[in-house]
Amino acid sequence: MRAAWNRAGSKTIAVALAVLVTAALLLASGASPIESFRLIWQGSVGSGPKAADTLMAWVPLVLAASGLVVTFAAGLWNIGVEGQVVMGAIAASWVAREFHAPSAAVITVALIAGIIGGLLWGLFAGVLRVYGKVNEIFGGLGLDFVATGLVVYLVIGPWKRAGIASTSGTDPFPKEAWLPTVGDKLAPIAIVLAVLAVIAVYFLMRGTFFGLRLKAVGANPASAYIIGLSTSRYLLSAMAICGGLAGLGGAVQAIGFQHKLVPAISGGYGFLAILVVLLAGFRASLIAPIAFFFVMISVGGTQLSLRLGLNSSLGGVVQGTLVLLTVLVGGWQVRRARQRVRLEAEG
Amino acid sequence: MDDTIATIIAAAAPLIYATMGETIAEKAGVINLSLDGSIMLSAMAGFALTYITGSVIVGFLAATAVSAVIAALIAFASIELKLNQIAVGFVLTLLATKLSSFLGTAYVGVKGTHVPHLAIPGLSDMPFVGTVLFNHNLSVYGSYVVLIGTYLFLYRTRRGLELQGIGERPEAAFARGIAVNRLRYIYTVIGGALVGLAGAAYSLDVKFGWRENLTLNFGWIALAIVIFGGWHPVRVAFGCYLFGTLQVVALKLQPVEALQGVSQILPIMPFVLMIFTLLIVYLDWFRRFGDRHPAWRRLLASDPPAGIGRVFERE
Repeated sequence: MRAAWNRAGSKTIAVALAVLVTAALLLASGASPIESFRLIWQGSVGSGPKAADTLMAWVPLVLAASGLVVTFAAGLWNIGVEGQVVMGAIAASWVAREFHAPSAAVITVALIAGIIGGLLWGLFAGVLRVYGKVNEIFGGLGLDFVATGLVVYLVIGPWKRAGIASTSGTDPFPKEAWLPTVGDKLAPIAIVLAVLAVIAVYFLMRGTFFGLRLKAVGANPASAYIIGLSTSRYLLSAMAICGGLAGLGGAVQAIGFQHKLVPAISGGYGFLAILVVLLAGFRASLIAPIAFFFVMISVGGTQLSLRLGLNSSLGGVVQGTLVLLTVLVGGWQVRRARQRVRLEAEG
Repeated sequence: MDDTIATIIAAAAPLIYATMGETIAEKAGVINLSLDGSIMLSAMAGFALTYITGSVIVGFLAATAVSAVIAALIAFASIELKLNQIAVGFVLTLLATKLSSFLGTAYVGVKGTHVPHLAIPGLSDMPFVGTVLFNHNLSVYGSYVVLIGTYLFLYRTRRGLELQGIGERPEAAFARGIAVNRLRYIYTVIGGALVGLAGAAYSLDVKFGWRENLTLNFGWIALAIVIFGGWHPVRVAFGCYLFGTLQVVALKLQPVEALQGVSQILPIMPFVLMIFTLLIVYLDWFRRFGDRHPAWRRLLASDPPAGIGRVFERE
């Protein structure tokens, strides 16, 4: 009970501090905080098209973040998630460009290709970690850049637009490969996939032996190994699941939102997803709302540059400040609890 | 040819600052993952302060201060709050990057002050070496000092030995009466300060000026090079100059239509090399080879500091 109160308390303190910091930054740049918050709200959920934008940005973020819940449970720092999003997008783009069939078939194959692309890239980092003892943080980081390099190479090289090589992206995919939309942008299939992913990960971690064992491996690999769990199999599975979900996010981003391959296809959602999961305290149940809050800030934040002439990076500053403060305040409370325990022990 | 090599030396100078800073911190046992953001925010702060005050020195000091503060935060979170260094460093990377974009808007495209060119009299007249090494500016010369200083400090002084001790075997160092956590604080902050110099070296010299994402990915590259260099200053420096060479080659290849792909691939080479280095250290045949030929092993790869990223508790 006390733990729950403390957790809620630390969140409140962190949020309050983050709001203060944001307000101070806004005031310092000569903008009214109230007006800014109103603009963010209106720019993200204030109208139908805006809400569609926000939801479509929410999808890859939620997909990557649910995957990360699994890798974090296994004790893995899957910074390679960004590259896994990218590889999913590349694989889906390849299908969208090369595979000519009825729309439903193209889309299905493209989404599956996205899952496989991300999954393989995740497994790659996993294999490097398990069999090569390459720390997944640095291996994953390396693979992120390799994936990003590959996208740029494809966009200006083999997949360049007819005649001109430009970093603005490939030619748009054939219409059959686009996810069907309601209105201009909202693709219900994408939303459904994201919701399913979050629910699946929630139950995977709460209600299955696999989830339980995965957590055992993450909490203490040595003892998990002693009681007979194949540590490497669980680590590889976690990387594969996360890679697959992130790859699906990339696929949705490619065939559901951009409709072409662009160098910045990941949209930074992989890295942002790490922040979401940190803020969620690694719990699947909090992923969806926190991710929605984050994309509200990102999408709505663009209004601040349009209307108030502020730099659009403010959204990122708010997200970063919030997560940093949450992590620090949380650590501070744990430290105080530790000291209290020590004092009581000493009488 | 001389000029090309001189360009490489100058291009690598900021990386020397950043990698030496990171080597010091990591050898003391603390991973400062915030490099990419630290360098960016320092570059912005250095450029802005130089623009405001007209003094390059103030700019370098400001840049140093910014990265030192970020490093101090990581040290505090890791040592006092026992938080995960990777988590805090990662969040700080993203935050500092965004902060640099937000706070730097006013300085995009303004005409600032460049670090003044300063050929070293006498030395710069020497054939080849003079052009390559001694016809630069203070920012580049500083990188030599930091490189040589880091090497001498780590391997030729008592304090340096102590530093390696707290990174390799903190418990043993503590048992010998060394204040492990206090020294970790100090070296993380010193390392951070050097990282800050890298930022200023970019915005006031190598990539003169300020625009959004000016130094994007150079921090990650620096982190990769530290690993590639096996936490040894000389090999790390070799990695920096190797990357400087790749950069300059990529630049020269860019106008060649047929080689466009190649010039895009070169910048990701440090990461491939890093993975390769990490991999090779653990391969059995390399271990055996290394046991037979210790000299080669030292040249090719080495293990990370044993206590890296681990919190030290005195109980």
